[in-house]
Amino acid sequence: MTAELVRGQNHPLSQARLEIRIAAGTPVVAGATLGDEHGTVHGAEWVVHPGAPTLPGLEVSRQAAADHRLAVDLGAMPEAVHRVHVLLALPSAGGPVRFGAVDAPFVAVTGLDGTELAGYTITGLDAESAVVALELYRRQGAWKVRAVGQGYAGGLTELLTDQGLPQAHQLANTIHEAVAQGLARAVTPPARTADGDRARQTATPAPGPEQGASATQGASGAVPPQPLSPYGTQPPGTPPQPTTPNGSPASGTSQPASPYGAQGAPAAGGPPPGHTQVPADGSAAQPAAPTAGGPIDYSHPRRQNAAPPPPPPVAPPVQPGQPARPVAGDATGWSMDERLYNQVWGMFEDLARSTAAYRSAVDFADSRMEKELDAALADPRNRIGGQGDAAREAARAKYAQLVEQARAAYDRDLGQLTAESEVVEPALPLAYARWDNPVWHGYRVPFEAPMAVRMGDLHLPECPELRIPMLIRLPLERGLWIDSGAAGSLDGSFLDSHELHGLAMDTAVALAARLLAVHPAGDYTLHVIDPAGSGAQALAPLVWTGVLAAPPAVGAAGVGDVLARLTERVDLVQMAVRGGAADSLPPGLDTSEQLLIVNDFPHGFDDRAVTQLRYLADEGPSVGVHLMMVADREEASAYGPLLDPLWRSLMRLTPVPDDHLADPWVGHAWTYEPALVPPGSQVVQQVLNQVAEARTKYT
Amino acid sequence: MTVNMTKGQAISLQKNDGGSLTAVRMGLGWQAAPRRGLFGTRTREVDLDASAVLFADKQPVDVVFFRHLVSDDGSVKHTGDNLVGGVGQGGDDEAILVDLARVPVHIDQIVFTVNSFTGQTFQEVQNAFCRLVDEANGDELARYTLAGGGAYTAQIMAKVHRTGPGWTMTALGTPANGRTFQDLMPAILPHL
Repeated sequence: MTAELVRGQNHPLSQARLEIRIAAGTPVVAGATLGDEHGTVHGAEWVVHPGAPTLPGLEVSRQAAADHRLAVDLGAMPEAVHRVHVLLALPSAGGPVRFGAVDAPFVAVTGLDGTELAGYTITGLDAESAVVALELYRRQGAWKVRAVGQGYAGGLTELLTDQGLPQAHQLANTIHEAVAQGLARAVTPPARTADGDRARQTATPAPGPEQGASATQGASGAVPPQPLSPYGTQPPGTPPQPTTPNGSPASGTSQPASPYGAQGAPAAGGPPPGHTQVPADGSAAQPAAPTAGGPIDYSHPRRQNAAPPPPPPVAPPVQPGQPARPVAGDATGWSMDERLYNQVWGMFEDLARSTAAYRSAVDFADSRMEKELDAALADPRNRIGGQGDAAREAARAKYAQLVEQARAAYDRDLGQLTAESEVVEPALPLAYARWDNPVWHGYRVPFEAPMAVRMGDLHLPECPELRIPMLIRLPLERGLWIDSGAAGSLDGSFLDSHELHGLAMDTAVALAARLLAVHPAGDYTLHVIDPAGSGAQALAPLVWTGVLAAPPAVGAAGVGDVLARLTERVDLVQMAVRGGAADSLPPGLDTSEQLLIVNDFPHGFDDRAVTQLRYLADEGPSVGVHLMMVADREEASAYGPLLDPLWRSLMRLTPVPDDHLADPWVGHAWTYEPALVPPGSQVVQQVLNQVAEARTKYT
Repeated sequence: MTVNMTKGQAISLQKNDGGSLTAVRMGLGWQAAPRRGLFGTRTREVDLDASAVLFADKQPVDVVFFRHLVSDDGSVKHTGDNLVGGVGQGGDDEAILVDLARVPVHIDQIVFTVNSFTGQTFQEVQNAFCRLVDEANGDELARYTLAGGGAYTAQIMAKVHRTGPGWTMTALGTPANGRTFQDLMPAILPHL
């Protein structure tokens, strides 16, 4: 029930926890003064304003904005406070200077669930540049709201003077200064949606992908009092938006609801589906250094984190002389997700470089010893007596000493990295975690795609026990090729081709299940081509849980059908993107990302299908169609060099440990091991069941 | 306190308080010298490049220059190529950071060189300097001015080498000719 107030009218308030929503046609400053029972404001510390945005029970935005939400908890107000005056002012820097020149501001008192209790349009303003909009006051123990609408042509200074503040002029300046700084940080607010400023949309529990796109503006309404702009930059250091995963405001705490606070809240301006792309260039987004009032906005246009990153975990104080104890997530990044990603890549680089130093030292020691031994041999004086032996002995001792030194330095580094790995591994989120990580047992369908996914583990022969998670950015830039023809694994055990193929399919299914599980419901669609049905056993978890778009395609006809559909999709999306007409896609088109698993290639493929497959591999990734081939290159040798570009364009993964991957810094050969499900574990089935359940909910 | 080094002078990189340095930066700064003539104010861009060569017992093991910005072991890092030098004065235009604690055990000398990639001689460069800075606190430890540069295109600036447990820097200041560090190898070797 909404009461539309006129000037002077009051209305009882039944709730203590409220929001005051302000909608003005231009950025305004919002603040409030607290008064005692006589209405006296006892000093600047009784005023909430952008420079001092919080007092017990009251919080205002730090910036001027066209829309505000002030959080009010009347129960938390000090006993002495009997009156709260909500005031608006036009910012001094730029923009209109009188309320008469802009739309009449609208103020509403709403409950936490968004129901409007009372609304008031402040009309009749002219030369005024500051106005007392509402008064909340205590009357016989109960709170009421009154529409005030008292304007001041002299601006904030006059308003604050009228409230009885002696330092009014000074305080007004402080406020304007704080706002000017805020303005410099802010970006232009997006155009308001038709209804977005008046009636707050009820917080939708977990908006589905369809809602996500349209409700970005409205859904951000689930966030307590902060600028409406999804880009709303906040001063560094403010706590993250307290939102619980279902989008309702957390009760007055400033704790992020999940360790991934900035991302975990889908409602907080989550990017619409189809645009959930992390920067695809592979470079980690660098967090902007906090600048004091610089005019540059560093926010990434597509990463709409409304909240600043939660402060990184702080390493415990270090004993002098001891190496720092590692902490999970102490790398840079805007979210825990990104921090851990950067940390893992940092460990990867450190291990690569440390190993390079060690190998280089050993190589040098080797070649030096060779040389010295040769010299000892060549010196004719050494041929008699024990001199030669002594020289050789000395050369060997020098070698041993250097290698020992190098090993000591290397072991020190390995110890550091191992300790880091031990804290990082358990802290990894779903997409980065091994299948045996307990985080998978608490699986819930996520609301946002992760920035990367774990393809497996990497290690070097010097330290096989130190595993680096191989994290690959999403969306995938290249297709994947699970090589079922990799004969002879590193450990010397030879598998027959049948076993190997089975393992390859298991690897593919584990990877596909992971990709499916880390994407929001309905954002990832899985297609399978299994022409001869040979992968039926491995594919069973996908088929039984019903997460596939359609049953695995069999036979030449099935192959042709699936490929034709995906090719058409690539064509359409590409045309739309190139033509700049992304909204003219046919309405029925599935905008989710597509992953196509191809088993037994080239079985069941005719020339046309092969051409289509190559087309998908080349053009698909940029429009969200990805390929996962489970194939033995030998079996396709009949095509000759025609397919070489295809194989080259895919990222080759192996079902058994194999050292074919090089790091980007030094180029060591790293041994890759796929991320497989521990034998006997049901975790994939459980996870896929949840995925299937969530999918039926949204379709 | 800055030590203005002269050619061949060696300074120890031990700190005054006895602790040894952990990270140093070799900074290089320069300006193009204005040419006299009809269009007297016209300057030509000068591209100087700083490089560092890592030696193990007189064998070059690794090199850090504008095409290989980080040594494989990660201990020596180049901050990136600057093609035109400083428009203002004083700051480093190119810098090479050395994490002395992470330098592999077999590396015993690191030689810093400057080349004129665009081919101008040092006569055409102004205010060129090379300096060594303690990265931990930003103190300038040593500065070597390329003053009175002659008609040559490269200079072997300085080397840091292991002495006992710590490191010592020696100013070399040997002129040479060459476009990149490879051309300087014969000139470097006598200094090792």
